[in-house]
Amino acid sequence: MADTKAGADGREPTRPSSAAAVKDALIAAGVTAGLCFPIVALHTAVDMNNRLVLEPRWSWMAIAVAAVFAGRLLLACLADWRPRALAIAGSWAMLWSLVLVLGGSADLAGAILRLATGIAMIGGAFAWDRRNATPRVRPAERRAPSRLATVAARSLGTAGLIFLFAFPLAALALLGAAGSLKWINNYGIQILIYVMLGWGLNIVVGLAGLLDLGYVAFYAVGAYAYALLSTEAGLSFWICLPLAGLFASMWGLVLGFPVLRLRGDYLAIVTLAFGEIIRLVLINWSDVTNGSAGIASIPRITFFGLPFVAGETGFAAHFGLAFSPIHRTIFLYYLILCLALLTNGVTLRLRRLPVGRAWEALREDEIACRSLGINTTITKLTAFALGAMFAGLAGSFFAVRENYVNPDSFTFLESATIVSIVVLGGMGSQIGVALAATLMIGGTEILRELDFLKAIFGEAFDPSQYRMLIFGFAMVIMMIWKPRGLVSTRRPSLFLGKRQAIAGSFVAEGRG
Amino acid sequence: MDVSPRWITDPMLIVEHLTMTFGGLSAVSDLSFAAGRGDITALIGPNGAGKTTVFNCVTGFYKPTQGRISLARTGRATQAEMAALTRSGKRHAALAAGDLYLLERMPDFEITRRAKVARTFQNIRLFAGMTVLENLIVAQHNVLMRASGFSLLGILGVAGYRVEERGAIDKAKAWLERIGLLDRADHPSGALPYGAQRRLEIARAMCTDPVLLCLDEPAAGLNPRESAELNALLRTIKAAGTSVLLIEHDMSVVMEISDHVVVLDYGTKISDGTPGEVRADPKVIAAYLGVADEEEVVAVEADIARIEETRS
Repeated sequence: MADTKAGADGREPTRPSSAAAVKDALIAAGVTAGLCFPIVALHTAVDMNNRLVLEPRWSWMAIAVAAVFAGRLLLACLADWRPRALAIAGSWAMLWSLVLVLGGSADLAGAILRLATGIAMIGGAFAWDRRNATPRVRPAERRAPSRLATVAARSLGTAGLIFLFAFPLAALALLGAAGSLKWINNYGIQILIYVMLGWGLNIVVGLAGLLDLGYVAFYAVGAYAYALLSTEAGLSFWICLPLAGLFASMWGLVLGFPVLRLRGDYLAIVTLAFGEIIRLVLINWSDVTNGSAGIASIPRITFFGLPFVAGETGFAAHFGLAFSPIHRTIFLYYLILCLALLTNGVTLRLRRLPVGRAWEALREDEIACRSLGINTTITKLTAFALGAMFAGLAGSFFAVRENYVNPDSFTFLESATIVSIVVLGGMGSQIGVALAATLMIGGTEILRELDFLKAIFGEAFDPSQYRMLIFGFAMVIMMIWKPRGLVSTRRPSLFLGKRQAIAGSFVAEGRG
Repeated sequence: MDVSPRWITDPMLIVEHLTMTFGGLSAVSDLSFAAGRGDITALIGPNGAGKTTVFNCVTGFYKPTQGRISLARTGRATQAEMAALTRSGKRHAALAAGDLYLLERMPDFEITRRAKVARTFQNIRLFAGMTVLENLIVAQHNVLMRASGFSLLGILGVAGYRVEERGAIDKAKAWLERIGLLDRADHPSGALPYGAQRRLEIARAMCTDPVLLCLDEPAAGLNPRESAELNALLRTIKAAGTSVLLIEHDMSVVMEISDHVVVLDYGTKISDGTPGEVRADPKVIAAYLGVADEEEVVAVEADIARIEETRS
């Protein structure tokens, strides 16, 4: 556009002239009209005689066109994306109220409330935009984080560790056995399983740069390894745990060997397929796995031989405590915490060893790795096998916690969740992955808690139904706001002078 | 000729009848040359002459269609010994004079690891997201891997590994000092200026302790001052006993530092000799000036002969 005003430093967002804005809005409205005509305006319905009749909905179409026209005009007035986002949200609220009124909803108060909220949001967006209009220097794109940030991150880690160890005891003290169960089980254990899986996959995806979409296969191998070894061979959990890890890493090697010849998208597709193959084998190999019915009555966890049961032989009696099922939950919590910390510790250690540096070098440039005498096949396989091992350990924990496994627990959705945890956290960053797992898994749980929203949106409103929508929305926001994940910087594995975090823009994502 | 050149008396790398075809396209055909021990050998030729293909064959990134590429790491191997190794089907022989490798039989990483041939790339391939120091440490992967007991001892924090790592860091520091990047050791290598990235890539290749360093257009994109620095660096590498094979377009670099020049055109060798000899070769002049056919080459040769006659 010829008549746009450039900002003071040439980087400020530009504002189109009013004529251009109107033209732009008209085009957008035209496109909307074209799209809405067959989809919205011509609505088919079945009438009383079971015939298909056409119900024109011109008013709906008019609303959509008007909304797009107004919204587009609104965007032209707002330069920065933040007030824009606010204005879009406000427009949605207003549109919603309009739809409610037109749809003949009885909830007139709700419609007015939404209209008012929308107007307030748009007003706020304009105020924000006015404030932003004064030119200011934008931060450089490749700005490395300050030292303060790294110090803060480190103390955050220590505080987080103390919190994690104190959490179940604090919950128990504050809420009692019945009240704390939900917090320790649904939040603590559930989140920590995904933290561990995220950390395990981080070795493969974050460090070695191999996009593995079938990670849940190794989780399944670990779970079934424990389920079968404990029910068929009668082995105890503490023997099965390393065996499950071993089995899973062996599967990692077996699957990895043919698969790792592929790169990038092809690797992702084939690992996805392998994940599904494992699940289908579990369903169909009924003689061993009992098919879709799964394996039930897997032995429960014991406190190094002491079962968590009421009575003389139990854990509670041995330590002179009153029996409570919370004891087992707390023990499981500490078990998964230790397993997760083991994963973290091993990963952090390996990052400072040649093999870890070779993984990262592989992510940066595979051809250069080969030119330096690094056997890339072996290096990839170690990453694959190690990641698989941690998934196997997590899997056997899953089996001992649930006392029941069936193939439905190991669908592609699980793999996708773990991959999104790694991507959301920032590939290669341990703390980022832990934060992302907390956000994603804790977020799902917290949606169940938001009862007060019913007061606003009506009794039928169930926030957990919107889980996937919210995730999708969060992902889109992340792509715009922080495309490299929550923690996008990379910490060097060794340094001469002082450790400086490396900005994410330098770090490669890996092409397999 | 009074003294036989080193690439005949003491060759390190011998390329014989190298042919590389991609589908029906022949990139290199029946190329033979040798690179002398301790020499800087330059491979020159117009664009598309097949220089990088030869490089990729020597460093194992391509499997040659035909031909033998033998590398005698220390001593000189006789024809009989080379023939025996070729017939045996093995890739390596420990001879009395030293190790002999047949590079065309080895995968790329083994060539660096065992035969000790390191390379750089035409388009710089640093680990951009890793620090300058980390780049040089990754290059010492195999030494450190052994020291860390293939990670098993390293994960337990055995002292022996830490000593070895300290050694690796010292070596990296020595190289950083030599290429003038010591003060930028902790910066991401992707943030370095272009010339420094080129030097770092050479230093990284040198950290693998090569006997032969292959450089693919090291002076491309450098300004005259950086070019001079590069010449000095290559001279110190040569003085320290590493042979160098380089592809280069910058004639000032080639003529100034190389001991031996091999000229390729359309995948075949058109000239081979000292820089002086090659410069005077009419075929080379024709290839570089773009003379169309044989008749014109003859004409150019006649011109040069006449000029030289008038001079003498």
